Amino acid sequence: MLNQPTIINAQGLNLTFETNDGPVHALKGVNLEIKKGDFVSFIGPSGCGKTTFLRCMAGLETPTSGAITVNGMTPDEARRARAYGYVFQAAGLYPWRTIGGNIKLPLEIMGFSKSEQAERVARVLELVDLTGFEKKFPWQLSGGMQQRASIARALAFDADILLMDEPFGALDEIVRDHLNEQLLQLWARTEKTIGFVTHSIPEAVYLSTKIVVMSPRPGRITDVIESPLPKERPLGIRDSAEFIEIAHRVRDGLRAGHDDV
Amino acid sequence: MKSIIPVLTIVVAILLIWVLAVIPMNMHLTADQAQRDGLAVSPETPAERQEYNGLGLSLRNPSLLGLTFVQERPRLPSPHQVAAEMWDTIVMKKITSKRSLVYHGWVTLSATLLGFAIGTGLGILLAVGIVYNRAMDMSVMPWAIASQTIPILALAPMIIVVLGAIGIQGLLPKAIISAYLSFFPVVVGMVKGLRSPDAMQLDLLRTYHASPAQGFWKLRLPASVPYLFASLKIGISASLVGAIVAELPTGARAGFGARMLVGDQYGQPLVTWAALFAAAITAAALVGLFSLLERLTLRRMGMAHA
Repeated sequence: MLNQPTIINAQGLNLTFETNDGPVHALKGVNLEIKKGDFVSFIGPSGCGKTTFLRCMAGLETPTSGAITVNGMTPDEARRARAYGYVFQAAGLYPWRTIGGNIKLPLEIMGFSKSEQAERVARVLELVDLTGFEKKFPWQLSGGMQQRASIARALAFDADILLMDEPFGALDEIVRDHLNEQLLQLWARTEKTIGFVTHSIPEAVYLSTKIVVMSPRPGRITDVIESPLPKERPLGIRDSAEFIEIAHRVRDGLRAGHDDV
Repeated sequence: MKSIIPVLTIVVAILLIWVLAVIPMNMHLTADQAQRDGLAVSPETPAERQEYNGLGLSLRNPSLLGLTFVQERPRLPSPHQVAAEMWDTIVMKKITSKRSLVYHGWVTLSATLLGFAIGTGLGILLAVGIVYNRAMDMSVMPWAIASQTIPILALAPMIIVVLGAIGIQGLLPKAIISAYLSFFPVVVGMVKGLRSPDAMQLDLLRTYHASPAQGFWKLRLPASVPYLFASLKIGISASLVGAIVAELPTGARAGFGARMLVGDQYGQPLVTWAALFAAAITAAALVGLFSLLERLTLRRMGMAHA
């Protein structure tokens, strides 16, 4: 992946929230480069700034200082250019729209033609394995299916970047395993660049080509691990010695972040 | 259907209390009338009878109990008298007759519906203004709340007189008073409804670089529909109250309010009670209609489960 172009580049990123209890350093001196096709996980305890960092990439938060580019643009320009799809912690489907209608939402907003909308909805439903559920309402689907529908919604307009903020955090482990496997397949098929926030070590190690370990107060990066695991990853790989070794290094990174507070 | 037994129980209980209350409420005038008709009454002079309360007098004259239910001008009419008066004025009279409650009902209802339409429209516009304009957010709500603290009974005659002075008469002044009462719940409900989408849903639209107009039509407006219906149900009954109140101080010739006033002024309690009940039934029917519309709409939108 060394020859791939840089998609996201953060240099000396700082973000301070002014609160009633004084300033909170959500991000401090964050440097990171994400190449095209990377699957990058951000892992760390609550308050380490992993979600804030993702929101900076999306142009939903503005850094106090430092530089960040997305596709060579500022994050806000990238947002206006609809450079990324964003998946939130909750599916957040509109209850008054069917699954198909929810996936059409960004397409309607971006002005795709009716026929193209239908075609894209069918394609992304197939990608997330929800074909046949187009006319169902969200409440008729399980939590895992709703989250898959929200991923389909983020994929519908074919942005090259997919930013995911703990998308499977609210789901049980079995469903999560299944969705992780599907997400890897989807990533392989679409060759997107993915930023993925999680606080599950196995999830981060299983999914990522690059694991970014963060720690709180102030939010900062303590370790960046390039995963030596192959791109093809059956669920069983989690029992391999290599996997356990990486998980161990992530755990050490998390612990170190805690010790020096 | 499950609610039918509790509802009927309450209705029966209210009727029972009502029937029991008729006896002491009407006993004094029943005794006076009975004495004029040559029946034995105890004690014998009205002055002595005034010493007793209704219950005490009833206990002394058990033979007169039945007569308390059939007084021509009772202090409290019995349920069957009100029912008979309503049957007479709703079903038996031609609807063009000045004594028909259907005629009077339509007069009030037309003002109610016009006022409700004006009030709802105004309420929605104000709510949109409050949600999208910071100046309106800061300024409109206190005035809207203040407007509802002024007793409508004090305000209604002034509105009628002022509008009459500039030549506006008939339906419109009543509708305006109706609208005055009904816009408020719509404003409150719609502001809450338009603000109901959470930060995540607003962020989602930002990631799509959606315009404010798209945010309104695709997110805020549909999200506010359940809140709107809750407000409409309060608003429509407030509208009816407004239309009736508007008829009271102005010597209106027609409408539920006019009938209540006529019954009061000419000592015909049955007319007042019949109009009262007809108004209550109309209000219940209107609220019921909006409940039905709510259910159909939410089901169509997929927001009512099955």
